[in-house]
Amino acid sequence: MIFPFRKPAPPAASPKISPAQRSFLCRQQRKRRLVLICRGFLFLLLIGMWETASRLSWIDRFIFSSPSLILNCLWSMVLDGSLFLHTGVTLGETLLSFALVISIGLGAALILWLSPTLAQILEPYLVILNSLPKSALAPLLIVWLGNNTKTIITAAVSVALFGSIMTLHTGFSQTDPDKIRLIYSLGGKKTDVLAKVLLPASIPLIISNMKVNIGLCLVGVIIGEFLSSRAGLGYLIIYSSQVFQMTVLVSSIIVLCIMSVVLYQGIAWVEKKFLA
Amino acid sequence: MTPKLELKTVSYAYHSLDGETPALSHISFSVMPGEFLAVVGPSGCGKSTLLSLICGLAEPEEGLILVDGTPIHQARDRIGYMLQKDHLFEWRSILSNTALGLEIRRQLTSQRSEELKAMLKAYGLEQFQEKRPSQLSGGMRQRAALIRTLALKPDILLLDEPFSALDYQTRLSVCDDISSIIRENKKTAILVTHDLSEAVSTADRIVVLSPRPGRVKTILTLTFSSEHPLSPMERRKAPEFSAYFQLLWKEMKEHDLPVS
Repeated sequence: MIFPFRKPAPPAASPKISPAQRSFLCRQQRKRRLVLICRGFLFLLLIGMWETASRLSWIDRFIFSSPSLILNCLWSMVLDGSLFLHTGVTLGETLLSFALVISIGLGAALILWLSPTLAQILEPYLVILNSLPKSALAPLLIVWLGNNTKTIITAAVSVALFGSIMTLHTGFSQTDPDKIRLIYSLGGKKTDVLAKVLLPASIPLIISNMKVNIGLCLVGVIIGEFLSSRAGLGYLIIYSSQVFQMTVLVSSIIVLCIMSVVLYQGIAWVEKKFLA
Repeated sequence: MTPKLELKTVSYAYHSLDGETPALSHISFSVMPGEFLAVVGPSGCGKSTLLSLICGLAEPEEGLILVDGTPIHQARDRIGYMLQKDHLFEWRSILSNTALGLEIRRQLTSQRSEELKAMLKAYGLEQFQEKRPSQLSGGMRQRAALIRTLALKPDILLLDEPFSALDYQTRLSVCDDISSIIRENKKTAILVTHDLSEAVSTADRIVVLSPRPGRVKTILTLTFSSEHPLSPMERRKAPEFSAYFQLLWKEMKEHDLPVS
C-alpha cells in the first residue's frame, strides 16, 4: 500500500495549458505590470511636483529644499568622500550592535528556557526594561560611558535587546511539547531537545526577530549619534539642522532610507537562503 | 517464565495548584515475551499516562515496574515508544528522521545506518528516504515513525493510538502493516487505543481500564480458531470477532452507569 507523494504544482510554462489557465496567467501578469507602472509613476509625480513647486517658488527652497539640490548635495558629498564616511560609520555601528543583540539575545533566551525558575524571577525586570523608552537612557549613558562610540552601541543594543529576549523566549517555550516528549522517549536529554528540536524549529522565529532587530538597531544608532558623535548620518542630521542646511539634512534622511531598505533586504536574502 | 514486563500495584496522580487528580490506581498486569497486549478504556482513564510510566518518562508514585525482572530505570533503552502523531521533523529527510534515535544515543555507526536503509527498503520507503515528511502520505509517515522506533532495537514497543490521526481506510491498512511488522520481529507490544475493533483485531490479550482513576477492570484473552496467526484484516472476518467485540462493548458500557 504505497500512496504517490503529493504532486508538485505544474510549471507555468508547461506546453499543455488550458485556455482558461492561460487567460488567468495573462490577467495576473497584466495586473503585476500595472502595479509596477503605477508605483514608478507615483514616484516621478511626487518628485516632479516637489521640483516644480520649489522652482516656481510656491515653497521656500531654503526650508523645503528640492530634488535637484539634493542630487547636487549628494554628488558633492560623494566627491569629497563625506557620504561614505558618514554612511560607513552608521552602517558599522548598526551592524555591530545588531550582532551584539542577536548573540546576547539568543544566549539569554536559551538560558531562560533552560531555567524556567530564572525566567520567572527575571520576568518583571525584563518587562520594565522592555517597556522603558530607551531614548530616556541616552543622556545617562553619555555620563556613564563618555561621549563616544561605546555610548552609541550601548544605546542601540538597549533599544532592541530586551524585546528580542522576550520574543525568543516566548517562542522557545511554545515548542510542541510532544516533539520534546519524542526526544525524551528516544533517550535524549535536555541538550538533545535543544539541538534537535528547539533550534531547528526556531529558525523562522529567529530570522523574523532579526528583521525587527535590524530596524531597531538603526533607530538606536541614530538616537545615539544625535547625542554623542562626530560622524555618522545621525550626527549629520543634527549638525545640518543646527546650521540650517536643510538640503544636507534631507539628503542624509534619504541615504538613511536607502540603508534601512538594503539592511532589511539583506536579512530577507538570508531568510530565503535558509528557509528555501 | 519471567514476564517481559510486569506492573505491580502502580499508582500515579497529577498535581496542580487546584488539587490532585488521580490518574491510575493500583494497576497490576504482566506481559509475556512476544505478546501483543491492548489497553482499552474510556477517554481520560490514564491510558497515555500508563505508557509514560512504562517508558520511564514519569515515575510511579506507588508500585513497581519490572522489565525482565529488573526495575524499569535500568532498562529504559529497551523500550520503544510510538506517539500518537508521527512527529517527523520537516527540516530533516525521511532517512535522517528515522536515524534520530540512533543519533541521540550516539549509535549511528555505518553498520547501523546500513540496517536502517535495509529497513526502509523492507517497508517500502526506499525511494522516499531523501524526501521531506510533507511529501509522504499519512500511512507512509507512520511507517517512517515506526522505523525510527525500531531502529533502536527495543524489546518492548509502546504504541499510543498510533493510527488515530489517519483516515479510516489508511488506518485499517497501516494497522495491518504495522502489526505484521511487530509480529515478524517478535517484539512485545502494548497498544493503547479507544477503538475496540482495533484492539480485538490486533491483540492477544486486552486489558480493560475503568474511568478515572484507571483501575484494571478485566483482562480478556483472545483465541481465534485458525492454524496460522491471523492478520488484523483476517481477524475482522473471523466468526469470533464480533463476539469479542460485543463482550468488550458490554464491559465498557457498564462504566457509563452512574456509580452509587
